[in-house]
Amino acid sequence: MSILPDGRFVDDAPYTGEDISEIRDKDLDVPNWRLVFRRFRQHKLGLASAIFLLLSYFMLPFAGFLSPYTPNERNAFHLYAPPQMVRLFHEGEFIGPYVYPITAEVDQVNFRWIYEQDRKNPAKLSFFCEGGKYNLLGFIPSDTHLVCAPEGATVFFWGSDRLGRDVFSRIMYGAQLSLTVGLVGITVSFLIGIILGSIAGYFGGFLDWIINRVIEILRSLPELPLWLALSAAVPSHWGPVSVFFIISIILGILDWPGLARAVRSKFLSLREEEFVKAAEMMGAKPSRVIRKHLLPNFLSHLIASATLSIPAMILGETALSFLGLGLRAPAVSWGVMLNDAQNLASIEIYPWTAIPMLPIIVVVLAFNFFGDGLRDALDPNRA
Amino acid sequence: MAILRYAFFRLLTMLATLVVVSALIFVIINLPPGDYLSNQINELRATGQEAGVAKAEFLRQEYALDRPIWEQYLIWMGFSEGPQGFSGMLQGDFGWSFEFDEPVADIVGEALWLTVLVNLAAVLFVYAVALPLGVLAAAKSKTWVDYTSAFVGYLGLATPNFLLALILFYYGHKYLNLPIGGLMDPVYEGEPMSFDKMWSILVHLIIPTFVIGTSGAAGMMQRLRANMLDELAKPYVETALAKGMAPPAMLKKYPLRVAFNPFVADIGTLLPALVSGSVLVSVVLGLQTIGPVLLQALKSQDQFLAGFVLMFVALLTLFGTLISDVLLALLDPRIRFGGRAK
Repeated sequence: MSILPDGRFVDDAPYTGEDISEIRDKDLDVPNWRLVFRRFRQHKLGLASAIFLLLSYFMLPFAGFLSPYTPNERNAFHLYAPPQMVRLFHEGEFIGPYVYPITAEVDQVNFRWIYEQDRKNPAKLSFFCEGGKYNLLGFIPSDTHLVCAPEGATVFFWGSDRLGRDVFSRIMYGAQLSLTVGLVGITVSFLIGIILGSIAGYFGGFLDWIINRVIEILRSLPELPLWLALSAAVPSHWGPVSVFFIISIILGILDWPGLARAVRSKFLSLREEEFVKAAEMMGAKPSRVIRKHLLPNFLSHLIASATLSIPAMILGETALSFLGLGLRAPAVSWGVMLNDAQNLASIEIYPWTAIPMLPIIVVVLAFNFFGDGLRDALDPNRA
Repeated sequence: MAILRYAFFRLLTMLATLVVVSALIFVIINLPPGDYLSNQINELRATGQEAGVAKAEFLRQEYALDRPIWEQYLIWMGFSEGPQGFSGMLQGDFGWSFEFDEPVADIVGEALWLTVLVNLAAVLFVYAVALPLGVLAAAKSKTWVDYTSAFVGYLGLATPNFLLALILFYYGHKYLNLPIGGLMDPVYEGEPMSFDKMWSILVHLIIPTFVIGTSGAAGMMQRLRANMLDELAKPYVETALAKGMAPPAMLKKYPLRVAFNPFVADIGTLLPALVSGSVLVSVVLGLQTIGPVLLQALKSQDQFLAGFVLMFVALLTLFGTLISDVLLALLDPRIRFGGRAK
């Protein structure tokens, strides 16, 4: 113990406590995306939705492998077959997954199909077996399916439709179009929104006035009638792929005003900041200031809000196809499938034709939760 | 007086917007290659019915379809002189439907006010549901009331309108004996208004209103809840509670009034969504609104009919927005006097 000239006592023994050369809160020193992910993880529903969506999108290229039938494969003897349950135990004995074969009979009174289960002969499902031809990843020809129908029987997990096509397989294939339509649409809307929004916000003046009026007008018009009118203009001889792209573009074209407005208001406040002035004085061109200095500031937020408008596009595609002005057969999408379930009779007698509504609801909810979680995680002002 | 001047100014803006919108709509309905009459003429030629061709050619000239598109637009709107003099939208002549071979006005007729009725009912439903539920969800946040309403809200947002319509129709008929399809009993169609007809329309309105309004109500409820939560966290709420005010009275007196503003302003975004929904639901449920007419006209390229219906739909939303703007100005002095403060 020694006494300093100013009268303070100081211990002579060396300091043996914690090592203060270590960075405190080292875990806060990681890249920003990991911080964001850490916050995102706390939003349990958002995380679950994100995983679900990842799995769904990952499944798309393998839809052909995962589904027992190809989308337009018809079973002329099994029209409107009800869903078949996959069972494991036959008469108290475990024999692996199997279904009971079903045979159709015509009900001459009510004019509908009645299906009889053959409870005597369980038909075991086969795995990694040969079925209808499809293209894996879109270009590798293959005919191996994860599950196929047993010899002499059918396997309709979710029933079959008007033409005897498997609803389950069609839902898997339909996901390819229904899930990507939102992505293409949002890309279009994102590009237009960012370009027009930043022009309006950065340059101001007359351009701003014009773009603002356009935004106001488009926002005040009901979307669906305009979607209908635009898709009615799609020539009927176009192939499914072009129709798909044009429909996504139509969906995107009417969606950008909301995004452009958000970009514009951000730009209006950010362009007065010092760092923008500095960049301008150093001679940066407007396009460089916008791309390098302004956009990165809130791009992540834009992505989060864009996620929230994907569901609207998925619902939009469904509605258009449902009304017969969107995608058309032989293309398969959830909306096209629901087109079959358009009347009360099918809801009452063949309720399984309306099953495609379930994936729609689940995916739309998942996108909503995911977007909410993302927005919360990216919000720097969060408590 | 200030409010009148404001309303007048907004009306002028609306009219200008309407002109731009009309041009947009005219371009959109003319996007498909060809038109109804040229298609018909080709078809008649192909089947060798030369007699019909003359009539179609006559109609083509009568409706100026042989002129350049900008001239067609001006004639359609009534800005410029057509084959029958000034006779366009402005003069109250909505054109001719080639498919039904009738004037457009005769076809849409009753559908117009039924459309207004359905949308009005949906707006009222949205407000009647979203206001109490949103306030309740905020006041009792993080309780089962909040979670239940959030769950129902999310479901309402995620379910496609048309499916909800079909399902509700089925169960509504099965268990509550609600009527199926249409907006009135077939016996009343084309009849003059009577008490019975009114009652029939009311009963038929229940499910469409519910279906069209649900997603709008869900969205509005969430926004009102968020606004209310922001306000509830402010010190004046604590002050009011500290001085012994009963919570319901406090809610009504302070935070609700502040949170109410966006609620009214929201009608600008709500109405387009509702009108969209009503078109779709009308097609599915066979309501006699302009929804099915629009779909039919678009599919067969019946351009004057489609154009008129689109114009009407646009007018409906623009007018609704105008009303909400004026209401908002009445409600909020900051907007009313905003112009003068500058």
